[in-house]
Amino acid sequence: MIHTDILIIGGGPSGLCAAIAAAKSGAEVMLVERSQYFGGQLVKQTHMFFGSEKQYAATRGFDIGKKLVEEVKNSDNIKIFHSTTALGIYEDGVVTLEQKFESEEIYLKVQAKSLIVTTGALEKSLPFPNNDLPGIYGAGAVQTLMNEYLVKPGKRVLMVGAGNIGLIISYQLLQAGVEVAGIIDASPRIGGYLVHASKIRRSGVPIFTGYTIVKAEGTDHLEKATIAKVDQHWKPIPGTEKEMNVDVMCISVGLTPSSAFFWQGGCEMEYVRELGGYVPKRNRYLRTTVGNIYVAGDSAGIEEASSAMVEGSIAGLAASHDLGFVYEGYNREIEELLQELEGLRGGEKGIHIRRGYNKVGF
Amino acid sequence: MLKISGVPSNKDIDQVFPSQERLEKGPVVIVECFETIPCNPCYTACHVGGIQAFKDITDLPTIDFEKCNGCTMCISSCPGLAIMVIDYSYHKDYVKMMIPYEFYPLPKEGEWIKGLDRRGAEVVKVKVLSVKNTKYQDKTQVITIAVPKAHYKKIRNIEAGDSNAKS
Repeated sequence: MIHTDILIIGGGPSGLCAAIAAAKSGAEVMLVERSQYFGGQLVKQTHMFFGSEKQYAATRGFDIGKKLVEEVKNSDNIKIFHSTTALGIYEDGVVTLEQKFESEEIYLKVQAKSLIVTTGALEKSLPFPNNDLPGIYGAGAVQTLMNEYLVKPGKRVLMVGAGNIGLIISYQLLQAGVEVAGIIDASPRIGGYLVHASKIRRSGVPIFTGYTIVKAEGTDHLEKATIAKVDQHWKPIPGTEKEMNVDVMCISVGLTPSSAFFWQGGCEMEYVRELGGYVPKRNRYLRTTVGNIYVAGDSAGIEEASSAMVEGSIAGLAASHDLGFVYEGYNREIEELLQELEGLRGGEKGIHIRRGYNKVGF
Repeated sequence: MLKISGVPSNKDIDQVFPSQERLEKGPVVIVECFETIPCNPCYTACHVGGIQAFKDITDLPTIDFEKCNGCTMCISSCPGLAIMVIDYSYHKDYVKMMIPYEFYPLPKEGEWIKGLDRRGAEVVKVKVLSVKNTKYQDKTQVITIAVPKAHYKKIRNIEAGDSNAKS
């Protein structure tokens, strides 16, 4: 049995920030990550981040990841475990882990005084005929192929979804030399940042708002996609179909929080559409209804990575503070972080998120 | 239109341009930022007070065109690639434009390439005057082009060499 003050599950932007913040006060932190690398989705983000200097705005995502990983590795109070999957949380609070080592799997048990769950999110899918043809990918897979493995997913892509992820990946496809035939979204308006939409548009990629995917066709891989306009009930309008010859379709229709640990840990859960699905109720310091379980990042509700980092810092500071670790700057710092977070959720794009967060407090 | 197609309208564009009088005085920034998203690195990059302090991080940038000297420091700091600098005083027939560019191959100094509008359609050939690609730009290169005056307000992008989109 491994004993630690704080166990953090998930080494993405919020997990890394939580570890750094929690370790500041002297708490012993253990950070586990399923993948070989720390950084989560940051590893694949080649674009510059939004936000302010405090969240590394204007720095590219992968460079932010490197900085955070460096900081974590330089801390004496943080033990890091990569290639380690958290399997479950038991009634006595013990968390079990499976660590890959060479060709073996090692089974570990951890008793932590507190747990911060930063497990991120899962991609949503879309039902349509032949959606299992090779060439039809989730957005995350396309980004992993391209930016992690340096493999082009194909020659000509139809992007389904004009949220930030769909827009950003379309741009990255263009940068990789892949043609983007168009971006469609059933919503009447572009969901992602307009600056992203404009920069793709001026590279010649059309954006079809109010369109949905009707079917995919191909013998042993995707060859053709049919799209159509939707009516006000989001149903395809007959006669408005357009055919597109594409060998890749990238499905980018949103994310849903990865919530298994909260269910298993007994946290009170709430379905919040604005946040992407089931999320644990939590107080402003991100403590769930189970006193020693904290939440941060996309598993708390789908948002931008800049907010995920700030949430991680809040949860990390709060968790160590609640365990009695004294950190002199605590009060000032946590208030500043809470204000930062509120700032990031301001403006017209934040309306949705603000509405969602009003439903999960306790 | 912007929210439906990603293309700002002429009215949107007019709103972010300075007066003709200011344009004729020399280089000045154009920030095509139309949405209140949480973002302020343009302000952080500006050292002359041209982009004013934000009250809220979601404010749209406020430009003081008299203070802006067109130094270009903000161009590659904008994560949205929404900023360019225009020098209307450059030449009697040409406007000098400095735009952000994140594609390879980079254009070469001296070559004439396609100037594209906000839909990505070719408008006119433009001449590449310089390519700035230092550590400060951090891979968001700043390309300086000369654009025939009749077309400058339409140009917002370039297509360099064999476009990688078609390779």
